[in-house]
Parts: sequence; C-alpha cells; structure tokens
Amino acid sequence: MSTSHAKSPYGYRYIGAHRRTKEDPRFVTGRGRYAADIALPGLKHVALVASPHASARILSIRTDAARALPGVRYLLTGEEFCAATDSLPIGVDAPKVTRWALARDQVRYAGEWIAAVVADSRALAEDAAELIEVEYAPLPHVTDPEQAMEDGSPLVHLAHGSNVILHRNFVWGPVEEEFAKAEHQISFRAIWNRNATVPIETFAVVAQWNPGTEILDIWASIQMPKYPDQTARALRLPGNAVRVHYDVDVGGSYGVKRGLKHTVLVGYLAKRLGLPVRLIEDRLENMRGGDMHGPERTFDMTAAFDGDGTIRALKIKAVDNVGAYAGRAPFQLGKPVGAICGSYRIGAIAYEPVSVLTNKTPQEAVRGFGQSPTNFALERTMDRVAQFLNMDRIALRQKNLIRKDEFPYTIPSGSTYDSGDYHTVLDKALAAIDYPALVRRRDEARRAGLLAGIGISTCLEPSGGNSAFEPLLNPKNETTTWMDSCLVRVDLSGAITGIMGTSSSGQGHETLVSTIVGEILERDPAQIRVIHADSLNALPSNSPVGSRMAIMLGGAAAGAARQIKDTLIAIAAHNFECAKEDVDYRDGNVSLKGVPEKVMRWDQLVEIAHRKFHQLPPNLEPGLQAKFVWEVPTGGGLPTPDGRIHIYPCYAFETHIVYVEIDPETAAPAIKQYVCGHDCGVMINPDIVHGMTYGGIAHGIGAALYEEFTYDDNGQLTSGTFMDYLIPSALEVPPISIVDHCTPSPLTTFGQKGSGEAGYLGAPAAVANAVNDALAPLGVEVNALPISHLAIWETLSKATRDGK
Amino acid sequence: MSEVLYSIAVEVNGAQRAGHVTARTSLVDWLREHLHLTGTHIGCEHGICGACSVMLDGEPVRSCLMYAVQADGHRITTVEGLAQPDGSLSILQDSFCETHGLQCGYCTPGMLIAAQALLDANPRPTEAEIRDAIGGNLCRCTGYQQIVDAIALAARRIAEGAT
Repeated sequence: MSTSHAKSPYGYRYIGAHRRTKEDPRFVTGRGRYAADIALPGLKHVALVASPHASARILSIRTDAARALPGVRYLLTGEEFCAATDSLPIGVDAPKVTRWALARDQVRYAGEWIAAVVADSRALAEDAAELIEVEYAPLPHVTDPEQAMEDGSPLVHLAHGSNVILHRNFVWGPVEEEFAKAEHQISFRAIWNRNATVPIETFAVVAQWNPGTEILDIWASIQMPKYPDQTARALRLPGNAVRVHYDVDVGGSYGVKRGLKHTVLVGYLAKRLGLPVRLIEDRLENMRGGDMHGPERTFDMTAAFDGDGTIRALKIKAVDNVGAYAGRAPFQLGKPVGAICGSYRIGAIAYEPVSVLTNKTPQEAVRGFGQSPTNFALERTMDRVAQFLNMDRIALRQKNLIRKDEFPYTIPSGSTYDSGDYHTVLDKALAAIDYPALVRRRDEARRAGLLAGIGISTCLEPSGGNSAFEPLLNPKNETTTWMDSCLVRVDLSGAITGIMGTSSSGQGHETLVSTIVGEILERDPAQIRVIHADSLNALPSNSPVGSRMAIMLGGAAAGAARQIKDTLIAIAAHNFECAKEDVDYRDGNVSLKGVPEKVMRWDQLVEIAHRKFHQLPPNLEPGLQAKFVWEVPTGGGLPTPDGRIHIYPCYAFETHIVYVEIDPETAAPAIKQYVCGHDCGVMINPDIVHGMTYGGIAHGIGAALYEEFTYDDNGQLTSGTFMDYLIPSALEVPPISIVDHCTPSPLTTFGQKGSGEAGYLGAPAAVANAVNDALAPLGVEVNALPISHLAIWETLSKATRDGK
Repeated sequence: MSEVLYSIAVEVNGAQRAGHVTARTSLVDWLREHLHLTGTHIGCEHGICGACSVMLDGEPVRSCLMYAVQADGHRITTVEGLAQPDGSLSILQDSFCETHGLQCGYCTPGMLIAAQALLDANPRPTEAEIRDAIGGNLCRCTGYQQIVDAIALAARRIAEGAT
C-alpha cells in the first residue's frame, strides 16, 4: 500500500497531509442519506413494464386489469407521456433521434420501458405491472455496429435515415508523409467490449410537486451536468420550477448516474398526480433499461515507425456502438482527441470516430469518457510495435515518452499537456516492483510450467473536465463555458461554511473544500462545514465529471477563501488605521506588522463584519461571505477549421506494472503483483486520491478480465445479474502498491491535477498486456476485452489444437 | 388483493421490535421501510453484492434473501447497532475512518457487518482471511485496499487492547 504522511510533503499546513475525511463518519454509522432513504409522507412507488423485444412495433397496451388492482394510483404509457413532455436532448447533430423514458409506437431495445405503474407500495406496483398486456409486432433488429452500417441494415431510427449518428475524419499533422517515410508499419484490431461502472446503488429518484409554490422538488442519485435545466425543459417547466436537492448522498456513479429519463418520468408523474413519487431501479432495470452502459468500441490501429522504435504516425479508426438512443454518449469519442497520442511524442495522427446506433441498451458516460478504451488501444499498439521490432517494451516507451523538458507540450490534435515527468514516474514504478526480480519471477514460473506475463502501460489522465469536444463534434453546439464555483460564509459565531453547487458520489468534496478553505484561512478544516446547495440557490456548477473537482471546486473554494481573508485584512487595517500591507495574517487573527501584541482576533473581525458597521471600512459589504465562479483554466476556445481543439487543462500520468499467472490446466488468470506509479500533481488529500486510484484499478481489472454486457442473437441482454456480469471482489483484486510522484500543474491553485479517473485509465491496458505477455510463448494473442477466463481457455485450446 | 399480515417479534440492535408484515416482505424492506433503519442498503436483491448484509444471531446474512417472517424470534444487528453503547464509533468503524476504507459509503454497512463477523470469530486474521471474509461484498469505489487495511488495523487495535 501507499503511505500517507501525517504531515504535508508539500510544506502546507493541511493540503497533502493524512487527515480523516469529513464524510466517512456518517457512512460508517449508517447515517448516509441516499435517494432511497428519502421518506416523504404519502410516498407512491413506480414499477416499469419493459420490452422483451430488441425491436418491435407496439400494437396495443391493455391496462384494465392493472388499473383495477387496489392500491394502483396511475398507469402511464408513452402515448400520454410523449405528448406531454419533450424529447431528451441529444449531443450530436441528429435531431430526428428522439428519446423519451417511455416508448411510443416502437421499441428499440430489449428492456426499453413501455409503461409505468404508480401504486401504494413497490410490491403492488410490480403486481400491477405484471398484469399489463402488450401486443408487439417484432421487427428486424441489429446489434452489431458494423452490420448496422451496411446497406440494407434495419434502421434503429427510420427518421434519421442511417444508423450512423457521428462520422468524422480528422487528420492532424503530415500523416501520409510520415507513413511514407516510416521503415515499418503494423495494423491490428483492438476491441473494447461493452461494460460500465455499475455502481452498487442503482439509480433512484424521488419527486414531489407543490401546487402552492409550483416547484418540483427532486432528490436523486445524480451525477450530471445541466441536470436541473434538462429536466425542466423536458417537463416544459421554467428552470426555476425544478429544485434538485444536491445534499443527497450518491452510492457511486463514476460517470453513469445520469438518470434524466427516470427523472422526467417521475417528475411528470409527481406533478400529474400531486403526490410524491419514487422510482428505484431494481438491478435488472439498472443493467438493462437504465441506459447506463459504457463504450463498446472497435479500434482499427495502424502505426508507422522506424527500426529504432520511433513512432512516426498513427491511424486510428474507432467504431462505437452507442445503442438505441444517444444523449451525450457519442462525445465519448471526442474526449480522447485531447490525448489522442497518449503520453508519446507522435507528430501525426489520423482519427476516424464513428458512432453507430444499434438495438442495444443506450450508452452513458463512463469514467474516463472514452479515454480508457483509447489508452488500451494505444498501449496494445506499443506492445505490438515492440514485439515487431523485438525491442524491449519499456525501452520503446522510454524512447517515445514526452520528455520532462518538453512541457508544455502541444499534441497534433491541438491540446497542450501542462506538465509531467513520465520517465521518472516509470523509473520509480520499475524500482518499486524490482523489475529485474519480477522478470526472474516470471521466467521461473514459465520454467515451472505456468503461463506468466508482465504487463506495462504508460497512460494519461486528462483532467479538469472541459467539454470542448462538444463544438468539435457538433458545430451547431457552441458550448465553451464549463465553469464551477464555491461560496464561503463565516457566520456571526465565527464558524465557516463552504457551499458547493452539486452532488457528490464518493469523491470527498466536503473534505476537499474544507481542507482548502482551512489552508488559506489557517483554520482547522475539521471545524469547517461543507454543504450542498439545491439547484435554485446554488452557484453554477458542471458537476463532478471529467476529474475536475480538485481543480475546479478546489480552485473556487480557494478563490472564495482568499476573498474572505482579504476582507479580514481590510477590516483590521482600517481599524489599525494602516495600509493592508502593514498587517500580518496568522491563524485567522490579524496583527500590526512587527507589533504582534497589537492584534485583532478572528472573533473580533467577524463581529465587525456582521454587527459593527461603524468599524467596517467604507465600500465593504457587511456580513462575511464570498463567492467565486470561474471558467475551467485554458477553456473557452472553439475548434480551428481543421479540427484542432484544446480540451482539458491538466494531464496526470500513470504507469502500471502488472504480473499475471495463468493456470495452464484451468486457464484461470490471477494477478500476483501490481504497482501503479502515479503523478497527479499536488494531492489535496492523499487518502482520497489513493482510494480513487485503487478503485479505478479494480474497475480496470474488471474491464480487462471479467465485465461484459453480453447479448444473444435475439438482442437479449444475457448478463443482467451479478451472476453473469462479474464485478471483481477482494479475491480477484490483488494488493496494490501506489508510488506517488508530484509534478505540479502550472495552471491550478496549488499545482493539483484531477484524479477521479485515476487507475481506470491505465489498468485495462496493463492487464491486457500482461495476459498477452503470458500467452506470447504460445504464439497467440487476444486483443478483445474482456479477456475472460473462457476467452483464455479457448485461446489456449486453439493454440494446442494448432500445435503451437 | 388484500394480503395476510403476520406478527413477528425480532430483537433488532438490542431492542425488541414487533412487526406486522406480509409473507413476501423481505427482511431488508422491513428494516428499511418499517423500522426506518436505512443504514442497510439494497444493491442487487439477488444475494451477490452483500450491501444488505446484517447479522442474524451473530452470523452475517443477506437481508434481501430473507423474509421478515423468517427473522421472527431471532436477533438482528444492523450497521446502526455496531457503535459502542455510548454511541461512539466502534474500533472497526473508527478504523474505516482512519484508513479511508470507503468512498460513497453505499457498500460500507455490509462491509462492516462482514468484517465485524470476521473479527468476532477470528480476532487476528491474516490478509488472506480478511479478503476471504469480504469476498462476498462488492465495492465499486475502493478496490478493497483501504478496506483490508481498515480491518487489519482494527484487528491490531483490538489485540493491543486485549493485551
């Protein structure tokens, strides 16, 4: 395990030190407050009817028996709902691809919701849902994106005229020239099959309409930018009629908790009935109809390189199966543009992203927003180039990694990496795992008859959460603002409260804000309270997406706290009748410079701010509060005509070294050693950063070896339970050692970078490389994730049959 | 449809609780919806994720796989019952806070139940025994590392207190 220091390694008072979080005590005592815990008087419950067909016309829906059941309050179908609400927004330019929570006339994937029942209890609602009879006329379906692109394929949305909703060709730099000059090239296909973050809490939402105030109150397990706005628009309400309570604890999200369709449905029912209504997905609904699957992507990679290992250029075609509807998910092909060459000096790249509709569950944002699949394809490319050249994989990476003295480094697609020291982080990780000893261990295991392999990845974590890929992939979308904010108040008692404008799903934002405010005001973070505003009194936020909150919320908290500090200094200077430069601020008290006994203490200064206007400097606002709202650093730009765009501000780096053994008898893989070298700049709270990194690695191990939303030929999801969709347990995830390094970002308040997607961005690549290193002596490889136990078994069986 | 209600008497966190439940009411729904003990969470409702773990007569069980009527006459401990009698954190709960053995907190009550059951039966577990004991509890945030650290720390603290 990585060690946390009691004292800050950066010389700060609180930042970087091992400190307990503000959030943990309520969770270990069972006093979290999740959406499913919101118990409103008279609460009614929703059950859903889902399509058993991947594609079908709805001929009729018979609801009489369900309506007749005692305790049933309402029955809603798409006919009423779609007429009364607006279609949910789509990010790319495909306006005919409309989407509502309930299907009308046609279903487009198995699991799509058709009707909603409201009843006095969930059990009664489910009883009634079972009594609803739907008559379908099945239609041809398509689940394979390449088939979906062929002429004559069934069309998922006839009105759109094609199953392709995004197809671009970017050429950044002299790609063809570099290919012509290169001594070698290789091509191969890497496949990232469908998985997701699958939080242990499913999506839950409670809504209540107050006809007296005409406000729709919403409590939801949400992690989503623009959620209140999009809910209000779909419900045809003004934005100020929807109040989202961000103080609800969210039981994990990692990107996917974007239950907009659930919320519009429940919001409509609550308003229609005048009753509080709750929907909690069951596990099958979550995995099948919750619309929270992640990317399913096929990469055709072509690399041009020289005999000395210099990578000259890449051609990347990425075909992504977005499912039956699309919100922001196709943009997951866009974020990787900001780190399209990974951590490497590759001067020319061609990138062809294609987003394809099929009759599968719709895709949602997943941790890394498309970067982890891209990193996997890049890192398989590095290993295959090394293999082609019979060159050491580490030496190949060391040759191509961007050097410390090259930052800031602008990549061909237009983003500028802020800072890094990739070679040092790699060296530290190699030292930590004792790489020569690891190679000996692998070779001894091979001699003993095991299949054993070492995997390495050197990957980037873009952080700071700017959505500049939106105007890149949809020229009609001119979104360049991606701000966040914080409000800091000091009350009359002198107590400090930080107010954030979004929800948290385990990232420890209360700890983040209190640590930073405490650092600047030199007050104990343990005494600082941090609360989550509701959407009607919140300052603007774009929610914790894209590893942005350490940078954006942290920066806003710092900005607000500095204003408070400036105010306290101004009050003291005014009362000392001296210049602001002539006082010292320490621990919240302000003294005359050089005269420490002449001091105004925190409580006195606060009292002046709140109660003694006669002692307040002129032009100073009474009370003691400060807001800070800011745009993401380096944000605000539109793409150039040739498709270059600066996307995220900060780039953290992670290298993974993994040792895997495969039992040749059973083909079962086991991870025996795991080291992650990580540089995300200054860590505000190392325990939180390490925790998210460990978790990201576990999630990445799942993507590499275990997790897949599988479908059969009829378009039925065949992994809708935790018996089939395998989430790694403490027995599959090995002990992990994290080696920290700190290259501060020049763009952020304390040099911090984001880390919410840490671990996940490099683990799948490293684990895949390790399994392939283990298989290499047999002359076989697997380039499709997950490399399941069965996939290894079949590969070994085929190798044996082929006499390899 | 009017459903028959059954009377049950269950000791929950040291207090005798009476209930009137339908035959199909799960134990977790009774705890959450009737007793308002919302610390126990529902994750999968098919017995895999372990989020709903409670102790039944000192043994960890899945409260989503049990009916409330099956708990009649038994002793249940939920996460709300793990703290010390004065309400302060137990050694295990405090150890989870010390190592940050959680993030979103959703799996945490089940993890604590599994870990407490382990420490009750085996106060000095090895790392392998700790991983085995929480092997039936899924966590999506932590990668388990800081949970394992927390349980090991709690075991050390308990051992130090005992000597």
